Amino acid sequence: MTTLIVVLGVVLVLMILYLIFRISTLVSVAKSKKETDVDSSNSTNALLFIVFMILGLGGFFWYSFAHFDSYTLPVASEHGALTDKLFWITMAVTVVAFVIISIIKFVFLYQYQYKEGRKAKFYPDNHYLELAWTIIPAIVLALLIFTGLRAWNDITAPASEDAEVIEVIAQQFAWTARYPGKDNVLGDYHYQKIDAINEFGLDLTDNKTFDDFKSLELHLPKGKEVLLKIRAKDVLHSVFLPHFRVKMDAVPGMPTQFKFIVTKTTEEMREETGNPEFNYELACTEICGQGHFSMKMNVIVHTEEDFAKWKAEQESWLSQNPDYLKNVPAGLRESAMIKAGISAETGMKFTQGDFGTAVGSN
Amino acid sequence: MATTHIHTHTDVHHDDHEHEHHEGNFWTNYIFSQDHKVIAKQFLITGIFWALFGGTLSVIFRLQLGFPEMSLEWMRPLLGGWITPEGKIDPEFYLALVTMHGTIMVFFVLTAGLSGTFSNFLIPLQIGARDMASGFMNMLSYWFFFLSSVIMLSSFFIETGPASGGWTVYPPLSALPQAMHGSGLGMTLWLVAMALFIVSTLLGGINYITTIINMRTRGMSFTRMPLTIWAFFFTAIIGLLSFPVLFAAALLLIFDRSFGTSFFLSDIYIGGEALANVGGSPILFQHLFWFLGHPEVYIVLLPALGITSEIIATNSRKPIFGYKAMIGSMLFIAILSFIVWAHHMFVTGMNPFLGSIFMLLTLIIAVPSAVKIFNYVTTLWKGNIRFTSGMLFSIGLVSFFLTGGITGIFLGNSAIDIQLHDTYFVVAHFHLVMGSASFFGMLAGIYHWYPKMFGRMMNEKLGYVHFWITFVGVYMVFFPMHYIGIAGFPRRYYSFTNFEFASGFTDLNALVSIAAILTLSAQFIFLFNFFYSMFRGRPAPANPWNSTTLEWTTPRNPGHGNWPGEIPAVYRWPYDYSKPGAKEDFIPQTVPYSETPESNLPHENELIKLESSNGNAIVVEGDKH
Ligand code: HEM
Ligand SMILES: [Cu+2]
Ligand SMILES: [Cu+2]
Repeated sequence: MTTLIVVLGVVLVLMILYLIFRISTLVSVAKSKKETDVDSSNSTNALLFIVFMILGLGGFFWYSFAHFDSYTLPVASEHGALTDKLFWITMAVTVVAFVIISIIKFVFLYQYQYKEGRKAKFYPDNHYLELAWTIIPAIVLALLIFTGLRAWNDITAPASEDAEVIEVIAQQFAWTARYPGKDNVLGDYHYQKIDAINEFGLDLTDNKTFDDFKSLELHLPKGKEVLLKIRAKDVLHSVFLPHFRVKMDAVPGMPTQFKFIVTKTTEEMREETGNPEFNYELACTEICGQGHFSMKMNVIVHTEEDFAKWKAEQESWLSQNPDYLKNVPAGLRESAMIKAGISAETGMKFTQGDFGTAVGSN
Repeated sequence: MATTHIHTHTDVHHDDHEHEHHEGNFWTNYIFSQDHKVIAKQFLITGIFWALFGGTLSVIFRLQLGFPEMSLEWMRPLLGGWITPEGKIDPEFYLALVTMHGTIMVFFVLTAGLSGTFSNFLIPLQIGARDMASGFMNMLSYWFFFLSSVIMLSSFFIETGPASGGWTVYPPLSALPQAMHGSGLGMTLWLVAMALFIVSTLLGGINYITTIINMRTRGMSFTRMPLTIWAFFFTAIIGLLSFPVLFAAALLLIFDRSFGTSFFLSDIYIGGEALANVGGSPILFQHLFWFLGHPEVYIVLLPALGITSEIIATNSRKPIFGYKAMIGSMLFIAILSFIVWAHHMFVTGMNPFLGSIFMLLTLIIAVPSAVKIFNYVTTLWKGNIRFTSGMLFSIGLVSFFLTGGITGIFLGNSAIDIQLHDTYFVVAHFHLVMGSASFFGMLAGIYHWYPKMFGRMMNEKLGYVHFWITFVGVYMVFFPMHYIGIAGFPRRYYSFTNFEFASGFTDLNALVSIAAILTLSAQFIFLFNFFYSMFRGRPAPANPWNSTTLEWTTPRNPGHGNWPGEIPAVYRWPYDYSKPGAKEDFIPQTVPYSETPESNLPHENELIKLESSNGNAIVVEGDKH
């Protein structure tokens, strides 16, 4: 039924167009041969440009103000507040320029539409004018660049020593996070060591790995610098934390990073937005395959105390996968079990009979 | 004068040439023709085909984005297995659509379709040459493009579907067939098609450059060339310098895909297996790609700007304002376009210091672009504007160029780009500034030079309807995308239902999709006008727009060789519109200053002496044979 209506509609439109076409050809044939190539449609077109300008600019300003809240995301990071400010400064400057130029252009179109007998002004150049509109944009742009550069340099500066280091690992089509555990240092990894269980590719000969733990949600502290270490296992992905104004690609073979300070906990954001369901999210913004659009990680921001508490509650990866103790060099196993929080009993179970060979081979 | 001798000599040669070609058969005249005008039309028709094809792809994926609930079962006869059992587009096929849409629009429509058509058509006609420097290479250029088109098209008919890693084909996604279906045979076809495409572009470009440098008619000095020619000249040079880099990138990618090298691959664990590749860098590919990719933006845009300059001057009945500044800004843009590529890579993990350098260079390129806009607007000032269809589309271009250029200032600022990168803000930006602007330049060119191409006029009223629907439609499609982008919606997303932050705007997305369908439909008005007028249009007068340039001195349907007699000489620049004192409001380039004492400027009177000596030389030479 709908198809029929659509088809009929299309046919109707086509017929109308064809009629316009026939009539206009007939009229132009009927009107003597003399080619005054400018007829009444010239002024119609000129007028339409004015109408377009008014409706266009009107619509632009109306929507931009009336729907401001629906297209601006609340910001919840320190540098994000700054880049947002830059964004709106740039917006102000460029919109002023845009509106002025647009109005001048459309008004000229209307004002200087063809008039019988008028002669256009022969005006091939004016060096002062040209100089002016080279230099003025150059100065304005220089100012914008300058502020942008300063912000960029701050954002990309090295993170401070005591930043909370968290690793985010991307793969088709999921995110995982690795936290450094009590020693606050992420252990080594190597991609050849990745397997179905050891998804981080932890290099268990490095004693820093023993207390690292895994999380499927990204937990962050408020008010403390966070250094995200980002890597990808298979193809490019990109970490996008829209509310924190964070974006950085995840590149196989080339770890990247981004540092930032979150300014609002999830709770505070729920209050601010009046949405008790609010959640921060991490999205993928680099095409990575068919699940690209669904590659999401939930993000939870705690106060610093709650964050510390949450961290303390987590079990190390090794303790969840004690059979990997086998891959720990024999000499380190004891300390591994202590660091990972594995009881001696469990440890024995998973490494039985292995000690001997391992020691023997050394 | 030495130059006179050379040029007259060329003419003689070409006169003979012309006789040979009169006896061509259907195949040599219309298919394997070496006539630049026929080749131009071949590019144009192929380009139009691709534009419709690429446009249709975009409407299909817009249906998915605008009406995620809608059943697309009715497309099953067309798309078969790409429609899921639930009646939705397969998410991977969505990406294939986006990829092919981008590739087709950028390369096949706006590079081949635009430069191929107008460089070929206008260069010999506007500089006063019989044909391109090498008609044979020119013919090859088209047929390489044709072959490339066939191969690209064929990838739609293979089981694993066309390439689907985005038009930028970043590895490792595009290098690993196990990462997605489109990275299998489809990607191979993409790479082969693009390699052939590059060959075509280079063959064409070499010809354009050589022809412009060597084959200008008497008196056509560089500073008397229309801005169209300047634009084609710069475009060809940019293409010649940047396309080989894409070729290299494609070649290395082929090696990585098929021969186990590791140029772009390192430390990859996929499909339950760690690959052996180490030491490569995906970032390297991005550098190589964008070293072409950014200049490509200007390869697409400059010809459109050149066309527009010509049409706006003609229809405002005024000289283009700041002719030299227009050339200067194009030159500046051409140079700068090579050193801003990494602004596409601010957040790829590239060294942040590089980011600041590229941000600086990027914002500098905004200056010559701004100059161009101001010059267009000033050209309108105190004009006597005729709104022909060509003029309307040119004005549309200026409008898009401004709107889209403004958002470039945001994206070029690396600090702001962190948030906007790879969101719909970018989609809005490049569709306006490069996609729609160039597309309008192309349409403007078609309307304007149609009388010269086919000897008939297009229907102006249909042109107006076409313009207004398309102009408003384009804004309705792409303007809302700015808001969607500011809200953070990532691009290349099959649906937005998985994220809370991107769950709004169903209304705006639906509006965009409806507008896209309307806009695409309006192109059929154009198609009808185009093909109908070819046979039934009003026969075109010799110089329908009262233009000054050389192409309008040819016969209504110029044959091979363009001018039946001698090639006219040129005595003045191409923008003597509404010159004070002149009888008419335009003085063709072929009119010597000696014939227009009433309108000459003081320095032009001094040129009269040179003219007569010039003229004598021609007569003498002409008498010899
Ligand atoms: C009917 C008119 C058009 C519509 C409705 C349209 C719409 C779109 C949309 C919505 C996307 C983003 C899809 C996504 O990210 O999921 C897109 C991508 C793109 N479009 Fe268009 N477009 C049109 C015309 C053009 C033109 C004339 C060009 C020429 C430059 C163009 C070039 C591109 C490119 C390069 C991409 C990026 C492809 C990619 O992400 O790999 N489009 N188009
Ligand atoms: Cu992704
Ligand atoms: Cu660029």
